[in-house]
This record gives sequence, C-alpha cells and structure tokens, in this order.
Amino acid sequence: MGDWKTITVPVLSADSRNVFQCTSEKERSPPGMNSQVLRLPLSSSKSMHGFFSAFCTEDNIEQSISYLNRELTTLGFPSIYVESKGKELNLISMINCVNELLVLQHKNLRAQEEVEMQHLKLGSDMDHLQNCYAKLKEQLELSKREIVGLQERDRQLQSKNRNLHQLLKNEKDEVQKLQNIISSRATQYNHDMKRKEREYNKLKERLRQLVMNKKDKKIAMEVLNYVGRADGKRGAWRTDKTEARNEEEMYKVLLSDYEQRQKQLILENAELKKVLQQMKKEIISLLPPQKQKAKERSEDGPVLSDLEEDIGELNKENMWELSCETVREQLTNSIRKQWRMLKNHVEKLDNQVSRVHSGGLNEKDVISREDHELETQKLELEIQQCKEMIKTQQQLLQQQLMSPCDDDTTLLLQDCYLLEERERLQEEWRLFREQKKNFEKERRSFTEAAIRLGLERKAFEEDRGAWLKQQFLSISTDYKHSENVTTPCAFLGSSDQDNRLVKSASQQKNAHCMLNGPVSAEPCQISQYTSHNSSSVVSKKSTGGIKPNQWMESDKEETD
Amino acid sequence: MNFSELLKLSGLLSRFSPDGKCLASCVQYRLVVRDVNSLQILQLYTCLDQIQHIEWSSDSLFILCAMYKRGIVQVWSLEQPDWHCKIDEGSAGLVSSCWSPDGRHILNTTEFHLRITVWSLCTKSVSYIKYPKACQQGVAFTRDGRYMAVAERRDCKDFISIFVCSDWQLLRHFDTDTQDLSGIEWSPNGCVLAAWDTCLEYKILLYSLDGRLLSAYRAYEWSLGIKSVAWSPSSQFLAIGSYDEKVRILNHVTWKKMTEFEHPATIVSTKTIVYKEVEKSPSVETERLSFPPTRALASSLFSTQSKYDISQVPVSLQYVKPVADRANPKMGIGMLAFSPDNCFLATKNDNIPNAVWIWDIQKLKLFAVLEQLCAIQSFQWDPRQPRLAVCTGTSRVYLWSPAGCLAVQVPTEGDFQIVSISWHSSGDSMALLSKDNLCVCYLEREE
Repeated sequence: MGDWKTITVPVLSADSRNVFQCTSEKERSPPGMNSQVLRLPLSSSKSMHGFFSAFCTEDNIEQSISYLNRELTTLGFPSIYVESKGKELNLISMINCVNELLVLQHKNLRAQEEVEMQHLKLGSDMDHLQNCYAKLKEQLELSKREIVGLQERDRQLQSKNRNLHQLLKNEKDEVQKLQNIISSRATQYNHDMKRKEREYNKLKERLRQLVMNKKDKKIAMEVLNYVGRADGKRGAWRTDKTEARNEEEMYKVLLSDYEQRQKQLILENAELKKVLQQMKKEIISLLPPQKQKAKERSEDGPVLSDLEEDIGELNKENMWELSCETVREQLTNSIRKQWRMLKNHVEKLDNQVSRVHSGGLNEKDVISREDHELETQKLELEIQQCKEMIKTQQQLLQQQLMSPCDDDTTLLLQDCYLLEERERLQEEWRLFREQKKNFEKERRSFTEAAIRLGLERKAFEEDRGAWLKQQFLSISTDYKHSENVTTPCAFLGSSDQDNRLVKSASQQKNAHCMLNGPVSAEPCQISQYTSHNSSSVVSKKSTGGIKPNQWMESDKEETD
Repeated sequence: MNFSELLKLSGLLSRFSPDGKCLASCVQYRLVVRDVNSLQILQLYTCLDQIQHIEWSSDSLFILCAMYKRGIVQVWSLEQPDWHCKIDEGSAGLVSSCWSPDGRHILNTTEFHLRITVWSLCTKSVSYIKYPKACQQGVAFTRDGRYMAVAERRDCKDFISIFVCSDWQLLRHFDTDTQDLSGIEWSPNGCVLAAWDTCLEYKILLYSLDGRLLSAYRAYEWSLGIKSVAWSPSSQFLAIGSYDEKVRILNHVTWKKMTEFEHPATIVSTKTIVYKEVEKSPSVETERLSFPPTRALASSLFSTQSKYDISQVPVSLQYVKPVADRANPKMGIGMLAFSPDNCFLATKNDNIPNAVWIWDIQKLKLFAVLEQLCAIQSFQWDPRQPRLAVCTGTSRVYLWSPAGCLAVQVPTEGDFQIVSISWHSSGDSMALLSKDNLCVCYLEREE
C-alpha cells in the first residue's frame, strides 16, 4: 500500500506535534511518523466518497483487511482477526477498533479545531503586534526628525545669541572707546585752556600794572558830600579784634542754624517715635495672642524672651526721651518683628481663604464661604426688616401727629394751648398737693388743739358752773336790790350764750376767711376754738376729737 | 486788573524800589522815578550816557546808574535831588556794577575782570578784590546782607572768598574742586553756598559758611551738565536744572538727590492739568475783563484773543531739537523758580519752549503744564503768594495759580510785546516790560 502512504496532506509540523502530544494518551508512536499520517478532512465532500470506495473493492477484501489489521496492530489496537487463526474477522474487536478509531477521530478533530482557533488568534495577535510595531516605528521616525529640527533651531538661536553678544560687546567697546576719546580730548582741551589762560593772566597782569602805574586821574569818585552809613554808626578800623568778632559772628550764625535744624529734627523724631509706638501697640493688638506665643516658642526661644522684656521696657513712656543708638535699634527691631508676624498671620489667613475658596479642608478657625455668605444674607435681611419697621413706625407716628390735616396752624395753636393748659394744670396739681400736705399738718395740729380745748372746756364748764352757782346765790340775795344790774361779767353770764353765739357766728365767718387764705396756725386755732365752743354749745357733750373734725370738714366743704 | 498806559522804556531797565513806593525806569540817558500807585513822576535825573544798568540801594534812598561804555557809575539820591555822585573807572573800564547790601558801597567790576573795586559812599576808602572770576554769577550776597562770596581764579584754579560786608574783611578763602566755576549762590538762610561747575562738567559743590565742603553732587559724566540752579525759600531744597532735560532736587539734610523731574514731550499722567492756550476769533469777547469798551474795539481789530482750554491727557507738546554743532544749545532746563511759599516749582525745558511746567513740591509730582502759543520769554512768581506770571512776547500776560489759569490781554494801542515781568514786593502790581515800553498792571487784592 505504498500509494496510500505517499498521499500526505501538508501539515504544520509544530502544531500537529503539540496537538498529538496533548490529545491522545494511547499514542506511543513517535511524532515523526505521525506527521506523515494521512489526515483526511471529514468535511462532507463528494470526492471523498469516491476516495472511501477506492480503498476496498470486492477484489481485495482480504488484503485490505490484513492491511487494516497490520495498521491497527501497529497503532496499538488489538488485532481484528480472531486470535489463533488469521483470515477470520473478529467482528467485536473490529467494531471496538472502529469505535476507538471514531473516538480518536473525534478527539483529533476537536484538537484540530482548537489548534486552528489558537492559530487564528495567534495570527491576529501577530498582525496587531506588527501594526503596533509599524506605528511605533513611524513615531520614532517622526520624533527623530523633530529632534533634528529642534536641534537645528537651537543651533540657529545659539548662533544668533552669540552674534548679539558679539554685537553688544562691540557696542560696549565702542562706547568705551568713545568715552576714552572724550576724556582724552577733554584733557587736551583742558590743557590748552590752561595754557591760554596763563597767557591771558599774563596779559591781565601787564594791563593791571599799566592801569595802576598810569595813576589815571580819571579813576576817581566825585561826591557832593559823603553819606552817612545806613545803620548810623561810624566806620571802624580793621583790626584783629574785628577779625575775631567776625569769626565769632559767623560761627554764631552757623550754630543758630544748626540748632534750629536740630530742634526740628528732634520734634520730627519724637513724632515719628510716637507713631512707631502706636503702630507697635496696634500691631500687637491685631495679632491673635496664641499664635504670637506659639511663634515665640518656636522661633528664637530665650533670645526672644529677653527682647520681649526689653520691648516691655521700651513701652514705657519715658523711653521716648532717649535717643541713643540701642534704644532706637531695639524699637525698630521690635517693630520689624511684629510686622513680620502680622504679615505671616495675614498670609496664613489668605492661604486659608484661598483653600476654602478652592474647596479644600475646612479648618476649625475658618468659616466656610457659604456659611459666611448665608450669615451675611441673614443679617442683611434682618437689617432690611428693621429698617422697614422703623420706616413704618415713623410713618405711623407722623400720621398720628398729622392726622387732622386741615387747619394746620390752628391745630398747632391748639396744641400749644393744650400744652399750656396741661402745664398750668400740672402747676395747680402741684399747689393742690402742697396745700393738701399743709392741711394734713393743720389737721393734726387742730386735733391736738381740740383735745386741749376739750380739757380746757371741761375746766371752764366747771368754773362756769361754780360761777353760776355763785351768781345765782348772789342774784337771789341781790334780787331785792335791783333787776337790771348788768355788769360786763353779768352779760357774759346771762346773755352769755347769745353773745357767744353771735361772736362765734362772726368769728365763724372769720374762720371761713382765714381758712381760705394762707395758712397760719394761731389765728385759726383761736377761731376754731370759739367755733368748737359753739359746737359744744349746740351739743354739749361732744366726744372730743371727732366732732370738731367733722365740723371742720363741713366748714371746708362750704368754703370749697 | 487795571493796566496803566504805556510808558517809554529802554533796555528793559525798570525796577521797583525795595520799599515798594517808587518805580524807576530808564529812557536812554534819563532816569525817571515814579510813584507806584499814581505813576506820577517824582524825580527825573539825567545821566551822562546811555544807561545800561540801574539798581536801587537796599534802603531805597539811592539809585545807581551804570554806563558801561563810558565806564561811569552815577548815583542819585531820592531825598536830596541835588546830591550827585559820579564814579569814573577811566581806563580800567566797567563791566558790571552793583550795590552792597548796606546800600553804601558800590562794587564795580572792571573790564576783563581785572579787579572788583569797592567804592564807599561814606568814607574815602577804596578796596580792591583781585582776581575775580569772569562767570555768570561771580558775586553773591547772603539774604541778610552780612556776607559776600566772590568767585576767584588764580593760577588756573578756582577759589571762593567770603567777605564780611560790614568791614570788607576776608573771612574765608578756599579752593574749589571745579574745572571752571560757573556760578555761586547762597541759600536763603545764609549758611550754605552752592557752587557749580561749567556746563561741560556736571558738578555742584556745597560749602558751609565757614568754608567747609559739605557735599559734592555729580549726576553723570561727559554730557552737558548744569544749566540753572535755584534754592527753595526755606533752604530745604536745591533744584538743579541740567541739559538732559531733568531737574534734580537735593535735600538739605543729606545733600543727596531726593527726586528728579523729567520733562518729556508727552504728558501721560492723569493727575496733571494741562492748560492749553487757544486762539479765539476776535469777535467773541466773552472772556474779557473790565476794559473800557473803546479800547477793546480798537485792540480787538489788531490782536487775537486767547483763552485757556484744559487738554485731556495724554498730551504731546511741541518738541524742538536744537542744532548739534552750536555752543550753548537751546536744550535742557533753562529757567527754574520756586514759589515763595515753597510749594511749587516752575520750570521751563528749552527743548519744549512753549510750555511752563509747574511741580508740586509737597507731593513731588507734576501739578500743571501751561502750553502757550508762543515761546516763553520769562516767568516770575508773585513774592507773596503762589501765583505765577508768564509772558511769551505777545501783548498778553498769563497768570497761573493753583485755582486756575488766566490769560489777560493788555489793552494797548499798537504793539506791545512783553518780554519781561517784574512783580512789586507786595504782590499787588507788576511791571510788564517790552523792548520799548513799560506797562504797570495793578491786580485787585482778593479779600
């Protein structure tokens, strides 16, 4: 069957090797042989039908079977013949072999599919990689070209730069040269000038000599009469004394000028120092205290504490007077330090604000911008509301005041009158209250007086009684003498009551008047004494204090 | 504002007396002394030749008239018109003449600056000062009149001598480290003397009254240097104008430069007020002050009216570059003056000849710029208040004060080109001088 063996399908040796190694376990035959094994694609093609039938015909059944047996045994399958005898087919083993072959074929097919898949994949990967490679190569080329271009430009610029430098140098050299030329020419001119000047001086000297020698009569002054000096003094000789005096005066002038300037500068200094001190205090007040301390601790440590002490001393007011170097330095240094701290503080605040603005971490000290804005909005609203309230209230007030809109002037006047009346009423109220107080006082005194009066009345009554008895007795004895013997005392006795009543009536009237006028205690007392008496006459047994009061009150009512 | 009529004048010689009562003016060889308020002629003197220089003595009793061509100085007295005095320098010649501060001595500088002769009107004595320097400001008196500084040159070296004016005794004599001393000036408080070098060298030296060198200041080398120098009235500042169009201000404490003021052709600062003079057509007469109408009509035909407009910054001014090959070029700061209250400094940059720059000294900033139609001839501060009078060679006088700016036409018939202004010491009037005429302007005092 050499024909069959020569029909080989070309196969990628590597793939088939791998496939066969991984798929079939049963295989023991070397891979080299396998590569030449016939691989017939089982895809349905009609040509294969012919191929199938071409192998075994009715003629060569035995041969094909023995061939098959040989092949199968070499492949490791059991023989298809019945064992001891040849030429008889073991159908079972044949079927088994066929089955095995089929299974193997399936496996192989699957393996082949897999291999093909992988093959495809690898092929596409390969393509992809090749593409990438090509692109990268292109890019590399491009960048190389770019680099070359840039290098070229760089070279050009460098050369330009060098040229410019060169030009600059040339210009500088030229300038220097020109300056040298100028200076040399200047010295030359100066020299020439000096020469000419010397010549000129010589001429001048000669001329001067001539002028002096000639004793020109013309050079003179004609004056009608000499004039006195402007300041009235006489001229003085020039002596050493005058020289010294002149020197003195000159120095005096200079000194006074310096002194004046120094005064001004001292004033200025004092003012500036004051300003600096103020500034320092304000800066210290501006800085938050903890940060200041923290800074102090972190920064200089012991040195700073010393400085702080000194600064504390400096803050004393009498330090302003000193103008020595150290004090000045200390002051300026301390102010610089404070200023730096303030600057740092402000920078920190700025950073914080910028951080918040960019939406960073919210620190405790920092109020976020939105909150801040909300707060401000709220406050603004409140302010608006308050303003509106105030406005409405003002309006209402005005309306109240201006409600009857017509006849403004009369209204005003009325207002004025009302005010006047009010004030008058107040005044009267005041007086009224005063009077009330006074009346209270009087009332008290009257009660006391009444009590006293009561007691006196009692005594008086008793006396009267005694006297009446006496009179009666005397009358009864004197009746025989005469009837109308009236003595003043007698009147008091008989018509005593009437007279007293009349008197009391008149005095009551007086009491009325007196009650109205300015209050003075004694006359009232007397009048009321009589009035009390009259009341007692009316109702003899009075209960002392109460009735007089009542009577007084009634009196008062009458008067009012 | 009232204007007097035009008076004749020659040589720009018109001076107010120091006591403010009289005004002296020269017409050729005649000296006319007038009363300031009425302009009535009080005295009339005749000199021997054309007068080149007149000067009042400090007590206003004498006037000297110098005639350089003849070499004669004549002195006239106001109290005694008959009194006369003639100083004849003869063959020595006369180059300049001035009073001493006490008003009793006359200093004559002879020709070629051979010597300075000090003639005394009180005594018969004559003093000589040798080797005076021929420079623009060689003799300087202190304000209180006690000391005189004279610049000298011996053996190609500069010296300064300080004399006591009361007895002309030499107080100090020292050399200065200058190439060619160009000028000296005392500070108003009389304690510091500034001496500056020629324009080829920028160098200014400051000496104390006793001759010690306090400081030397040098801004730059090689370029043209100092053109003008001015002390502030309080002696606090020294303003130096130089050819590089800058003014540098030194302070009296350290004598170091405090600031420098630049005068560029374009003004960009928005805080500066720029007044620009613009011409108005003659028919518009809204800006006029109280003039009699007939004069106004007459003058309006021949002269153009002008007023000030405020220009918006940035403003560019007319810049003139001078010819490079001439000596004393018209560039740099040619005029410098402090206001009497020490608050303002007026400068003129010769490169921008039509503008006056006014600087605020308290803020050290440019305060205002006056841009005129013609080149500035001169400006003068009012001696009492910060008011600046400017003239440009036209018949208008311009007044600036911090409150504003004013252009006033002088009502004259004919041409009146004002080239110089001099204020009266009270600040109530000023004399406007042209080549041939003089006009006195009376200003109303604002109460």
